[in-house]
This record gives sequence, C-alpha cells and structure tokens, in this order.
Amino acid sequence: MSERTSNRIFDIVNISFITLFVIFCLAPFLHTIAISFSSNRAITSGEVTIFPKEFNWDAYIQVFSDQSMIYSLGYTTVLTIATTVLCMMFTLAAAYPLTKKKLKGRKLFMYVIIITMFFSGGIIPEYLLIRDLNLLNSVWALILPGLVSPFNLIILISFFRGIPESLEESAEIDGSSHVHTLFKIILPLSMPVLATLALFYAVGRWNGFQDSLMYINDPKLYPLQLKLFQMVQNNMVSELTQMEGANRTPLTPESLKAATVIFATVPILLVYPWLQKYFVSGAMLGAVKG
Amino acid sequence: MTTTYLKRYWQLYALISLPIIYFLIFRYGPMYGVQIAFKDFNLFQGISGSEWIGFDAFREVFGMRDFYTTLRNTFMLNFLDLVVSFPAPIILAIMLYEVRFKWFKKISQTILYIPHFISWVIIGGIVYQLFGNQSGMVNGVLESMGLNSIPFLTEKNPWLVTYLFTGVWQSAGWGTILYLAALTGVNKELFEAAEIDGASRLKRIWHITLPSIKPTIVTLLILNLGHMVSIGFDRPYIIGNTAVREYSDVLSTFVYRVGLESGQYTLATVVGLFQAVVGLVFVLGSNYISKKTTGEGIL
Repeated sequence: MSERTSNRIFDIVNISFITLFVIFCLAPFLHTIAISFSSNRAITSGEVTIFPKEFNWDAYIQVFSDQSMIYSLGYTTVLTIATTVLCMMFTLAAAYPLTKKKLKGRKLFMYVIIITMFFSGGIIPEYLLIRDLNLLNSVWALILPGLVSPFNLIILISFFRGIPESLEESAEIDGSSHVHTLFKIILPLSMPVLATLALFYAVGRWNGFQDSLMYINDPKLYPLQLKLFQMVQNNMVSELTQMEGANRTPLTPESLKAATVIFATVPILLVYPWLQKYFVSGAMLGAVKG
Repeated sequence: MTTTYLKRYWQLYALISLPIIYFLIFRYGPMYGVQIAFKDFNLFQGISGSEWIGFDAFREVFGMRDFYTTLRNTFMLNFLDLVVSFPAPIILAIMLYEVRFKWFKKISQTILYIPHFISWVIIGGIVYQLFGNQSGMVNGVLESMGLNSIPFLTEKNPWLVTYLFTGVWQSAGWGTILYLAALTGVNKELFEAAEIDGASRLKRIWHITLPSIKPTIVTLLILNLGHMVSIGFDRPYIIGNTAVREYSDVLSTFVYRVGLESGQYTLATVVGLFQAVVGLVFVLGSNYISKKTTGEGIL
C-alpha cells in the first residue's frame, strides 16, 4: 500500500469518526426538535426518531399562547441581561485595581478572593444568609450571590496584564485618571475577553437552576429553567408511578415538553456562534489558571 | 506622602471596594454561618443565639447509613466519570488535530462545544425524551428490533450508564480545547522529520502527538482527582430520581434534602463542612502532587 493511499484511508476513517461524534452531539437535539413538531399519536407509538412524523406546529402554538411561558421567557431574559451587566461591572471593578503592582493591599485583596475558590460555607449557611438578608423570594437572591466569579476575575486579570504598561503610563502622564484610563484605553482593547466573560456569566444565569430551586417559591419569579424542571419532573413522576400502576399525575404532552426544551435552548444557540472565536482563548486561559 | 498616595490611588480603592464588600458578605458571610455545625441551630434564635453542642452533630452524621451511601456514590460517580469521560476529549482532540480541511474542523468544533452550554435541566428533558421507559426513542428502537426495552432511568445499573453517557456528551467536545491548545505548541518540523523517516500517521500520533500533550493529560488527571468529593448538584439531582436513589444520592443532593427539605440545618451543615474540608485537602493534595510531577498546578 502506497503512502498516499494509507494517508487517504486514515483521513477517511478520521473524518468519519469525527462526523460520528458530531452526530452523537446533535442527534439528541434533532430528536427533540422532531418530537416538538410531531403529533402525539406518532410520539406515543414511538415512531419519531430524527425526523418529525405527522408534522404540526401545535406544540409551539401552545407554548407561545401560554401567557406564563412568555412571561417566564421575558423575565428570564431581563434577569440574565441585568445579571450579566452587574457581574461585568463588579468583575471589572475588581480586576483593574488588582493589576496595579503599586497598589497597597493588593496581595491581601487577592488572598481574600482566591480563598473563596477553595473553601465555601456550603449551601445551608448560604441559604440562611439569604434568608437573614430577607432576600428569599426576591430576584436579588438570584443576582447578588454570584456577582463576581473568581475564576472569571482571574481570566480578566491575566488579560489585563498582557496589555503593555507603557500605554497606561503615557495616559497618566497626560493627566488621565485611573477610571478614565480604564474606560478609554483598557476597555476598548479588551473587547474579546469581555465578550467571553459576558457569555460565561449570561450562560451561567440562563442555565442557573439550583439557586432558584432553593430561594424562589413564588411562581411569578420562577426562571425558565425551574419552570422547565417542573415539567420534566412531572414526566419523571409519571414514569415511576406508571411502573407501580397508579398514574395520577396530569401528563404534559411530550411534544409540548420538547417544544419548551427547544424554546429554552434557542437563545443560547443564537448568541454562541458569534462569540465562539473569543471564548476558546478565554477558556484556555481560565483552565490553565484555575 | 500618604495624602499624595491616596490622591493618586483613591479611584482604584473606590473601584475595588464594592467587589470586596461583595466577597465579605456573600462569600465570607456563609463561612461565618458554618459554626452552626457545632450548634443546636434553631431558626428563631438565629446563628449566634443557638446553643453550642460541640461535635454531637458530627457523631450523629457519622452514624447515619445514608451518609456513607452518599459518600460512596459521590466517589463512585466521580471515579466512573473520570474513567469514561476523561479519555474522550483526548482522543477527539488528536483526531481533530489530524484533520486537514479547515472548514470541516471548524464546523465540527462549533457543534462539539454546544453541549457544554446546555443546562442540566434541558439535558434532563432531552434524556427523558430519549431514554424514557414509555415513549423514549431508544426503547422504541429496541422494541421495533424485537428486543426488550431497558429501564434506563429507573434501575440502578442502566441508570449509571445513562448518567455517564450524559457526562461524555456534555463535556467531551469542550474538553478538547485544552489539548488542542497544547498541540498548537508542537514543532511542526518533528512531523516532517518523522514523515521523511517513513513513520505512518498512527506512529506519528503515538510518538509525537501523544507525548507532546502528555504533560497536559497528567496535570488534568491529577487535578481531576482533586475533585473527587466535590460534585455538582444539578446533574445528579436532575438525572437522578427516587427509584435509583441508592446510586444517585450524592453529598450535594443529600445536603439539600436533609437541610432544605427536612429542615435539619445543623446536620446538613455538618455534611457540607465535611465535604468542604475533605475537598480542600484533596484539591491542595492533588495540586501539590501536580506541581511536584509536572511543574504545573492551579496555585
């Protein structure tokens, strides 16, 4: 076998393998999309795989005519944007001073932050704190506890360190204040890393589930994930009770559940490809550092 | 001197004061609350008003059968996850590295990263669609082939497979980023020299590619071992259920159940503290070993 043919065989095998893995990643989504567009009859008889059977929009019409679902989507979107903006402001406010070697107390601040990466009070003391601050059943319970991720902060500090100091020094000689320098010189140079961190914060909030489960009882303040979880949980309970022969839970139709899953996934799929080229380097930096 | 110093730096102190206040309240506040592990905590008397009981609650926790089950499960799920999920991104990264069509590489990477950004709630929803006993697709396919359906979600061992499978699905693609980064540093001349010497592609992978990411592999492996007692809440809570609790109940879900569902704050705090302390020892230990062996660590 000549080298060229063996090379070609290798390429074919390699690319087929990767394609298989890509399909493995995509198939669950495709199946869920197919379910969401299929009739209930086709779903319950198990005919739906990757393509919709007996195509219809009913599930989506139902999702979009459900007031509480639209409300939850709007509420979660606003919550995500607000959280992301606040997190970015706090992370920036911490990162910039920590890059200044001449700042007294910098090491102390650094320790205060790093320690929290390795030790935490645990969820019960966290819950009691939120309770004592009267934040139970308030959106602030979903925003305040996560304002700065030390992990993201370190990514930002490392990035800032890569910016030549001479830039800032010359600005200072020209009489620029620190805040002015931060906004006029540092931020414009940092757009890629800022986009990455904003994506991490936004995805974290959009996907966040445990905190809403713990802190929120008022259905009006349920983020989308918690609402979705209850639908899925419904399914789980029925799955179990049917085994025991006593099915009393009202079933959400499969197609409706699938449509809701897709509905909650689409926003991430929309923003993510635009930010991909940035976050790859952000993820690398973060993983090496912590 | 001090006034000029403050004049020069007050803006920076003003900037950092807010995040520091945040850390003191929301990160150190709960650390203060950890003392209730040593108190007979009563909601009405609050943290400082409750009575000290020393290690009584620890004794009670260490006498609970459930505690050992959840501890075992935490180790078991993390360990199996490591065995199953750890090699996947390595293999995938090496294969992606070998791809010569840029567009193909780019598209597949974009798709492979997606699952990392999907919440466990949504993955849970998808898992039920796929693996449910009644209407799950996989069982539908099995039945249409004349095979018995498998209780993927409601029986222990099949559930374990489902749990591990979701881990590979969610993290394999994302995990390639680090290895691909390590591979960008490889000297291309090595490959050319090997090619001239007549080494096949597999041989080149074995003798050049793999050794060049070995430090990354070892570092990540050691650091992963450091996370043996820390386990996220969402995945076991959402994928798990009462039918498989014997396997799916882990330290984090146990704390939630004992503390917030049954209101035994002291006991749950003890478990949380146990997890935090043992976790810290593991992380520092693995970091130490990593630094000794590979010169790389997180500290």
